[in-house]
Amino acid sequence: MAEVSRIDAISGRTVDPLERALVDGWQRDLPLSERPYAEIAGRLGVSEDDVLAALGRLHARGVLSRVGAVVAPNQAGASTLAAMAVPADRLDHVAALVSGYDEVNHNYEREHALNLWFVVAAADAARLRQVLDEIEARTGLPVIDLPLVEAYHIDLGFPVQWR
Amino acid sequence: MTAQSRHEALDEVDRRIVVATQAGLPLVPRPYHAVAEELGLDPDTVMGRMRRMLATGVIRRIGAVPNHYALGLRANGMSVWDVADEGVAALGRQVGALDFVSHCYHRPRHLPIWPYNLFAMVHGKSRAEVADKVASIADLLGAACRGHDVLYSTRILKKSGLRLVA
Repeated sequence: MAEVSRIDAISGRTVDPLERALVDGWQRDLPLSERPYAEIAGRLGVSEDDVLAALGRLHARGVLSRVGAVVAPNQAGASTLAAMAVPADRLDHVAALVSGYDEVNHNYEREHALNLWFVVAAADAARLRQVLDEIEARTGLPVIDLPLVEAYHIDLGFPVQWR
Repeated sequence: MTAQSRHEALDEVDRRIVVATQAGLPLVPRPYHAVAEELGLDPDTVMGRMRRMLATGVIRRIGAVPNHYALGLRANGMSVWDVADEGVAALGRQVGALDFVSHCYHRPRHLPIWPYNLFAMVHGKSRAEVADKVASIADLLGAACRGHDVLYSTRILKKSGLRLVA
């Protein structure tokens, strides 16, 4: 990244060097060992408590959504990307109905005739079909089902451009 | 290996571990032990199975998961491309290797409303930055691209991370 900075864009607060090292360096390879945060601390030359406190601050400020596993889609259960063309005056209502399903984890409004896009991840294919069918029945609108055929990217985390 | 075959390789214990950890590991000195206790499993079982799921690709990575929207990558464009099905895998691998593409998938067309079969998610600080990146994908695809579009998100209505439902 060309820019070097120490401010996170949400809170505008200064990101301290430890916080930054954790975000930049530990998006993958969290040790699968008894005390992973102590191992990280050892690598960074700080204490385990320092690492836990810094991760807690980053989480509390919303810089990190979590520390944990990123699960590949379609690996455990059944999932799809679905799209709907929703009349503008019904969009809020339909979006809320869709978001109301526990199985829906991403729901975006996008600028297109197909203006509502959401990811559905269900325990199995039957439940996935049931959710899509229910949404169609409850809204009277078609749901376009675009399941993953193949994934090509290698997810190594994502460089953060500090402001 | 298809997604389906990987799915079948997960047993009930694997699923419970994924469900228990995908929302985040506890920020305590022994997080895997805490998960093991919650699930009534041995800590070595939890770590060993997570290690195996990492190796097979079920778990992509374990670590800090930044909130890119909050960090200023406010523009997100879903770029979508119509390329010949026989070439999609080779092209998809090239697009997926670009460092600004966070997700790259082959998905089915849904004609006539949806002619696109290759999806590449592009993030940037502004729409102009996203548009520049999309233009570089168009350059890379060249004549193989028969049409494309970029769908910008205008509102995030729900985002809870990819979750398995127990």
